[in-house]
Amino acid sequence: MAAAASSALHGVGAVASAKPRSAAPAVARRSVRVAAAAKGGAGPARGRLVARNAVAAKADEATAAAGSKSGGHELLLFEALREALIEEMNLDPTVCVMGEDVGHYGGSYKVTKGLAEMFGDLRVLDTPIAENSFTGMGVGAAMKGLRPVVEGMNMGFLLLAYNQISNNCGMLHYTSGGQFKIPIVIRGPGGVGRQLGAEHSQRLESYFQSIPGLQMVACSTPYNAKGLMKAAIRSENPVVLFEHVLLYNLKEKIPDEEYICCLEEAEMVRPGEHVTILTYSRMRYHVMQAAKTLVNKGYDPEVIDIRSLKPFDLHTIGNSIKKTHRVLIVEECMRTGGIGASLRSAIIDNFWDYLDAPIMCLSSQDVPTPYASTLEDATVVQPAQIVAAVEQICQ
Amino acid sequence: MAAALLRRIPAARAPAMALMAARPISDSTAALTIETSVPFTSHLVDPPSRDVTTTPAELMTFFRDMSVMRRMEIAADSLYKAKLIRGFCHLYDGQEAVAVGMEAAITRGDSIITAYRDHCTYLARGGDLVSAFSELMGREAGCSRGKGGSMHFYKKDANFYGGHGIVGAQVPLGCGLAFSQKYKKEDTATFALYGDGAANQGQLFEALNISALWKLPAILVCENNHYGMGTAEWRAAKSPAYYKRGDYVPGLKVDGMDVLAVKQACRFAKEHAVVNGPIVLEMDTYRYHGHSMSDPGSTYRTRDEISGVRQERDPIERVRKLIYAHDLATPAELKDMEKEIRKQVDDAIAKAKESPMPDTSELFTNVYKKGFGVESFGPDRKELRATLP
Repeated sequence: MAAAASSALHGVGAVASAKPRSAAPAVARRSVRVAAAAKGGAGPARGRLVARNAVAAKADEATAAAGSKSGGHELLLFEALREALIEEMNLDPTVCVMGEDVGHYGGSYKVTKGLAEMFGDLRVLDTPIAENSFTGMGVGAAMKGLRPVVEGMNMGFLLLAYNQISNNCGMLHYTSGGQFKIPIVIRGPGGVGRQLGAEHSQRLESYFQSIPGLQMVACSTPYNAKGLMKAAIRSENPVVLFEHVLLYNLKEKIPDEEYICCLEEAEMVRPGEHVTILTYSRMRYHVMQAAKTLVNKGYDPEVIDIRSLKPFDLHTIGNSIKKTHRVLIVEECMRTGGIGASLRSAIIDNFWDYLDAPIMCLSSQDVPTPYASTLEDATVVQPAQIVAAVEQICQ
Repeated sequence: MAAALLRRIPAARAPAMALMAARPISDSTAALTIETSVPFTSHLVDPPSRDVTTTPAELMTFFRDMSVMRRMEIAADSLYKAKLIRGFCHLYDGQEAVAVGMEAAITRGDSIITAYRDHCTYLARGGDLVSAFSELMGREAGCSRGKGGSMHFYKKDANFYGGHGIVGAQVPLGCGLAFSQKYKKEDTATFALYGDGAANQGQLFEALNISALWKLPAILVCENNHYGMGTAEWRAAKSPAYYKRGDYVPGLKVDGMDVLAVKQACRFAKEHAVVNGPIVLEMDTYRYHGHSMSDPGSTYRTRDEISGVRQERDPIERVRKLIYAHDLATPAELKDMEKEIRKQVDDAIAKAKESPMPDTSELFTNVYKKGFGVESFGPDRKELRATLP
């Protein structure tokens, strides 16, 4: 059935026991999608929307597109994000985009290019430079039935809206006793770029991770960027989608059919036996680069892109640790209070008995990101350090 | 008789207070025209007329509603001192005319959002006393299931969006509500209330700018009770003419202790906002209590000032005088009504006390909304997600 079809896309096992979702909140929206499918001939059974990347899969990017019925199409990561936005805005009239220069300018990273012409000024809104208030307005609009996608031109600017994101966005569902839902998506590029300076190289995942009520995901490939964006828009919870300034021009072939990535699932990038390397966003590529060197040296690292920063996919991570018994976390956050710190705690709490070595965590240095290129390179984790860490763990 | 209990506001509105047995006092719906206490002062717009149309039934409703609110706040004061209400408790007594007058001018389709002094606004929007007291005491029967507290009252079906603790943060939310109304072409408006203290928040001006640019039906209402906690308005604002602070946005200054003036101003504002975009209202009002229950309220103002306002400008007394002047009820009848209201409030408190504290499992509910791809798993993934139909 629908389950079989989605396994065709991803070679996933264990789907048969999936039980149908009972009357979910968004009944009205589902009918919008069904109606759209009926009209637009988006193809057969919309039930094949959920694509799953469980541990059992031998999935890598090639499989994703290869499994696609019509060959797939190649695009850049920012185009994948745009495709997701266009598809969701077509499906659901309550989805709107707000941010600085997202409309007429087309977005500072071109993610929203052309959307204003397609959907008009009321759905693609150019805001003044007022993060605190337009994020608050996004939350207010979400309380009253819209599904805004709020863009921070750079994630770091959203620090100005921290109160709105923490106290209102994250907490209103709880403090109202469940009356209001906030189906907002807050997205934007962050991370260390190419000499952008300290204030434009922020990694906000560490600041936001304690906010109760928020979900956080980080995309790293065109495939998961599109899938996660769609899932985030459809989620009834507030989701923060972390993109990376240096990953927007990654090219990949993605399926032509509609697909969605699960928000809480981690992605198996490279199965292995010796050590579990947990990473996300740009560091995935440094890890894969290191993996090449490691393979030449005879190691077999298992690389998992955790994708879901809150909550952690402890199922996938746990299965991996039970196999390899060694963990290395590679992240771009700062060491103090970063995602790695939380992940380490979670692993120790849950999988202590399976560990043969202390968990290592490679993070960025606890310094403001310097401008000089040599210093900036020294701030973030480089492949050579990853190789050295794996060698140390596997002694 | 039933006419006395019916509101002229349509849509599902049946506050518990309206179900009390009618008294044999005037329930006429014949029009009455009454002048407001002072004329309106305006900024960039022609003010509405001082003559307000009302009816005897409406005046009686004003008296009753404000008396219930006054009684509730005083009862909350006692409950707080008895340590049944904990944390922060910000009381609205003195300001009732704003909540009641506003409600009289609009429908339940319009939205209201306010800050933490929200108990009476909740009642005006159709909330009931039992839910209010239960929430204050942190019980299960509370309007937010005991998880919000005094500063987080909400009523979604009445378009009451709370209930916010961080000063000023509710105004961008309110402009977002107005954006949603415009987006959905609803022809309704949003009233975003804030205080004179919050009027100095930057996000207000940001939100006002965006609302004016996008022509949103947002009405920013400054409930100016002249003190931002302990700081008098002249010490906090270089320009305490809050109705003018919209600059390019029109504004109206209203006597917030006169319920008829409030009603007139809110109706005027709504008509303006749905066509022309944002407008600022400044309600000149006063709170008898301190900022909250931890503030005696007398260190930064004199007791003479407080009792002076109570004597000259109390909103309930003003309506009482109008009732006598137009011979709508006798003093004895009003006294009976007040007794009955007192009993109603006491009964509600007793009922609220019976409600249990929320179960410990409630700690983890409503953090996330269950929905597509959202279940959170522990290390042993027990639940499997299903495909979408």
